[in-house]
Amino acid sequence: MPTTAPHALSDVTASDGTLRRFLHGLPGVDGVGLEARAASLGTRSIKTTAKAYAIDLAISMVDLTTLEGADTPGKVRALGAKAVHPDPTDRTTPATAAVCVYPDMVAAAKEAVAGSSVKVASVATAFPAGRAPIAVKLADVREAVSAGADEIDMVIDRGAFLTGNYMKVYDEITAVKEACGTSARLKVIFETGELSTYDNIRRASWLGMLAGADFIKTSTGKVAVNATPANTLLMLEAVRDFRAQTGVQIGVKPAGGIRTSKDAVKFLVLVNETAGEDWLDNHWFRFGASSLLNDLLMQRQKLATGRYSGPDYVTVD
Amino acid sequence: MSDARLSVLKTYKLYVGGKFPRSESGRVYEVTDSKDNWLANAPLSSRKDARDAVVAARKAFGGWSGATAYNRGQILYRVAEMLEGRRDQYVREVAGAEGLSKSKAAEQVDAAIDRWVWYAGWTDKIAQVTGGGNPVAGPFFNLSSPEPTGVVAVLAPQESSFLGLVSVIAPVIATGNTAVVVASEKAPLPALSLGEVLATSDLPGGVVNILSGRTAEIAAPLAAHQDVNAIDLAGADETLAKELEIAAADNLKRVLRPQPVDNWSATPGTDRMTAFLETKTVWHPTGSLGASGSAY
Repeated sequence: MPTTAPHALSDVTASDGTLRRFLHGLPGVDGVGLEARAASLGTRSIKTTAKAYAIDLAISMVDLTTLEGADTPGKVRALGAKAVHPDPTDRTTPATAAVCVYPDMVAAAKEAVAGSSVKVASVATAFPAGRAPIAVKLADVREAVSAGADEIDMVIDRGAFLTGNYMKVYDEITAVKEACGTSARLKVIFETGELSTYDNIRRASWLGMLAGADFIKTSTGKVAVNATPANTLLMLEAVRDFRAQTGVQIGVKPAGGIRTSKDAVKFLVLVNETAGEDWLDNHWFRFGASSLLNDLLMQRQKLATGRYSGPDYVTVD
Repeated sequence: MSDARLSVLKTYKLYVGGKFPRSESGRVYEVTDSKDNWLANAPLSSRKDARDAVVAARKAFGGWSGATAYNRGQILYRVAEMLEGRRDQYVREVAGAEGLSKSKAAEQVDAAIDRWVWYAGWTDKIAQVTGGGNPVAGPFFNLSSPEPTGVVAVLAPQESSFLGLVSVIAPVIATGNTAVVVASEKAPLPALSLGEVLATSDLPGGVVNILSGRTAEIAAPLAAHQDVNAIDLAGADETLAKELEIAAADNLKRVLRPQPVDNWSATPGTDRMTAFLETKTVWHPTGSLGASGSAY
């Protein structure tokens, strides 16, 4: 995939001025309406066979994540084993989409999921703050890619974004995209909790998509406000509109704060009702989560056996 | 003046996780006194209310079982103090629920409050009775201490709506378990009011969760629930108890079978406490540490 978008919108990135005019020309977000829409879609009742389908789909969309200072190769191996067979007592359980680790753990993760469909995603670019020189960020990305990462989760420079220096953010994303080469897909994290307004989230989404992101991702999971139904809905609208204008499909990944099956199913409803069925696939939609998987597995066991399950019957991560 | 005043009817609600929700299902059922006069509507809990209660009880278990026995005793005593302050209300509710005269109902309530005080005293003494140091043949010392079982589902007695209820809840939580209680089906009002007392007596939310409704409907998912560690079948009839015991076998729950109780006022003994305790045994090496040859 080329590093810059070869579409009708390519002229908006010609200069700082055109980019700013374009981003500020995007329609303002009706915050109250957005939240009400997200809340009303959250009231859909998903039961029995539809619920079973939704749970399996959600499991297959999980990016099983461990991003702690205390991560060890052993923990990453355990996570990889869980990603390949989330429920060892029931082999009909689908594998998760990916495991998500720090760059120095990519090799261990790659080994743990070898021979399966599970991808290895790595956060890079001085995650989670992103406060490092561009050369360091790019080196971070290259390390992860050469260690075998299939996907790179980068953070944008929120400082530059909030000061209005959109071109700097754009250039950084394109540079990282180039460093990813052809083998790794790029997820761009906006850290929506730090962008303050819905208008900013919409601008960041378009900026990321224009710069060549394969996925746009809400947050790092390291700040107070992470993925919410409203900000995910807003980003789903952005990818829908972007495809309508350019024909290019972009994925969405809400991350952080999604802990229950009920929440996950609500997000799937948002996807189906906003972006459409094309996105109901782990190539185009992901959940960045760790504890969510256990709840999905307990719900799956409940549907299979009719008995409520408990945390003793899933792994402790 | 009093004629002009509209009556203020009480909405009885469940007590789950320290909060007072309505049933998730939105259902209620009519509660009547012994002469079929309507008393109030009580929530008709569904299996999802049972599930939510188990989640709340599990969440509360770490803190409650980890609290010192002394602290648990203080809190349980506080519950008794709060009950005493609401004595008149319970006398009225028990009289209505069980068709008793006011003086008979007062006896029941007094006995229940005394029972609560009695169990409050046991919290830091049960370990001395059921645990101990075991002399063993070897250079070891061996200690047994009672540990709470975990989340206990309690089917409260059907007939004794308050004294019976207290007699099954207090022993379970005194030792550090957390409880999901299914109130008497016909007479749930004293149990639902007990939630209001528990909420104002420093008892952490989720330690006791009280559900009202059809005993058989709520008990079935509790008995089969994989995250419930024990079940007290006091309020189940013979057929139901058998079914529940079979369902409970699946994850090796501890089961306390229904035992005929003629008189809930009689001294209860420690059986209900020890039914939901497990014995942890710890081995201590006592080999020599220094030149003196003594480890102590």
